[in-house]
Amino acid sequence: MEWLGLANYAVFMAIFICIYALLSLGLNIQWGFTGLFNAGIAGFFAVGAYTSAILTSPPADGRLGGFDLPVVAGWIGAMVVAGLIAWPIGKICLRFRSDYLAIATIGVAEIIRLVIKSEDWLTNSARGITDIPRPFGDLPYVYSQLAYLAIVAGVLLIAYLMVERQITAPWGRMMRAIRDNENAARAMGKDVPYRRLEAFIFGSALMGLGGALFAHFNRTITPEAIDPMIATFLVWIMLILGGSGNNRGAILGVAVVWTIWSLSEIVTDQLPHEYAVQAKYLRVFLIGLMLQLVLRFRSEGLLPEPQVGHASGSGADAGGPGGTGAKGDAKSGG
Amino acid sequence: MGAMEIINFYVVPGIVVGSIYALGAVGITLVFAILRYAHLAHGDLATLGAFLALGAVTLGGVSPYVALPIAMVLTAATAVVLDKAFYEYLRERPKIITVMASLGVALMVRSVVQVVWGVDAETYTGGIARAENWWGLRLRDREIVTVAAMIGIVAALYLFLQRSKWGKAMRAMSDNPDLALLSGVDNKKVVMLTWVIVGGLCAAAGVFLGLNYELRSMMGWTMLLPMFAAAILGGVGRVEGAVIGGLIVGIAEEMSTLILPSEYKAATAFAILLVMLLVRPTGLLRGKVL
Repeated sequence: MEWLGLANYAVFMAIFICIYALLSLGLNIQWGFTGLFNAGIAGFFAVGAYTSAILTSPPADGRLGGFDLPVVAGWIGAMVVAGLIAWPIGKICLRFRSDYLAIATIGVAEIIRLVIKSEDWLTNSARGITDIPRPFGDLPYVYSQLAYLAIVAGVLLIAYLMVERQITAPWGRMMRAIRDNENAARAMGKDVPYRRLEAFIFGSALMGLGGALFAHFNRTITPEAIDPMIATFLVWIMLILGGSGNNRGAILGVAVVWTIWSLSEIVTDQLPHEYAVQAKYLRVFLIGLMLQLVLRFRSEGLLPEPQVGHASGSGADAGGPGGTGAKGDAKSGG
Repeated sequence: MGAMEIINFYVVPGIVVGSIYALGAVGITLVFAILRYAHLAHGDLATLGAFLALGAVTLGGVSPYVALPIAMVLTAATAVVLDKAFYEYLRERPKIITVMASLGVALMVRSVVQVVWGVDAETYTGGIARAENWWGLRLRDREIVTVAAMIGIVAALYLFLQRSKWGKAMRAMSDNPDLALLSGVDNKKVVMLTWVIVGGLCAAAGVFLGLNYELRSMMGWTMLLPMFAAAILGGVGRVEGAVIGGLIVGIAEEMSTLILPSEYKAATAFAILLVMLLVRPTGLLRGKVL
């Protein structure tokens, strides 16, 4: 019984790691390769979750839905809608330094949260959407968990291979060039805002897909399922610790951080009940501190970005987007 | 609805909340202009200031107005320590890394508040403050104090920046850091001074928010978006712009409830932010664009 419980827990964790890995890969496209600061990951995640839920769930009274579409259609829909929301934001904010995008994405996530909480006809507000179909959900518990793990792992593998291929392709080289020296890239005739917009939309679509996989795994989705700040922040620390600019690092970071996060919950669950609230926020504090320590002592992450070409590349200054900030400074001096 | 009702129920609350945003936006605009990054822990620093004042009120039994300067000093000290501990060593790195660090600091500061004071809503004083009638204009004492204090604090800051030696040094850093350094401005001291001022402003914003509404551990975070919208609307680096921006955002938020459900107040600030970035990124008073 002990062993079976542990094995079940491991499968459960592995499913979550795969879902978070999709978010981390999405963020890696935005931050790791392009230097875009998305502080609203949870928003895109929630949009994906709700879109897929609405598209695939059976009819229910008082809200939009009942399309009963196949699950794959829901996933594609999740990616499309997340990308569509990213488009106008990116269009407006990507002309400026990434600070503005950070603020705007915080705003987007906040508004998405408000819409989810208050629009009855769309999301059934606090009661959430239930009866979301889950592939192989009719099998006995263990088999159904394993089957879902196989599905999310498969989706993750496809996403990983596609992102990896894209990054080693000329497109990826161009993106790194834009990140490390925007002016030089522009002088070479690259359309910088357009390329950044591409990366922002691709990344957001992957986050939407992660949300969809989460909703189908839980079979229900409610506003409380997603704590925006913690979800966003966990993905950030996963990517930074794992190594931004490195897709394998992004996935490794997810495994490490999610394991620490889950184990710390087991530890705090042992505490007497009256300390439960404090313990919860203590964990959040430690995650915040972890980011500071990683930024200070190992900003390139566990698996640093691979250096392509000769060694004098400007990626040496570690931890993601090289030139953007420094250049912004030089410009604003004038 | 008569003009008087609109003023009493929408414009007056808008000016009050706008004054609170203004206090926060001035701090944001100073960090943006002098240190050159968006400080995402600003709202949570305001939360900390508000709860420090609550500590003074409950432990010392003083009135919130006496607790305000205490909270301002303590929060200023906290801001300096946070800068030394988490931002200073990132100075040579791309600024966006510091933005990220500030997101982590926001989470840390908030969780400290949640651990120490819990997550329930608190107030400084019990009971209901009655609005007094001034020739049809209904105002509460605390609302008058909020607006007056905002004007006083910002006027003092403005004079300091214009007249004093250190104020000029701060403006020089904002205009051209290299030139300021060459002219013998001690930039470490300027950075410290900036954090002292910003911390004090944060605490003031938090205390007045708590005084007019209630204290919650998420109060500062939800204020972050309107404060940034106000700073950008006024023009980054412009103190008087941040005040105008704060008032406009505050009034617009309250007026928006005439046509939108009140849950969507926050969307007003966001819309203002996007429209400004789209049509006039320098803001109303021609600030900087980073």
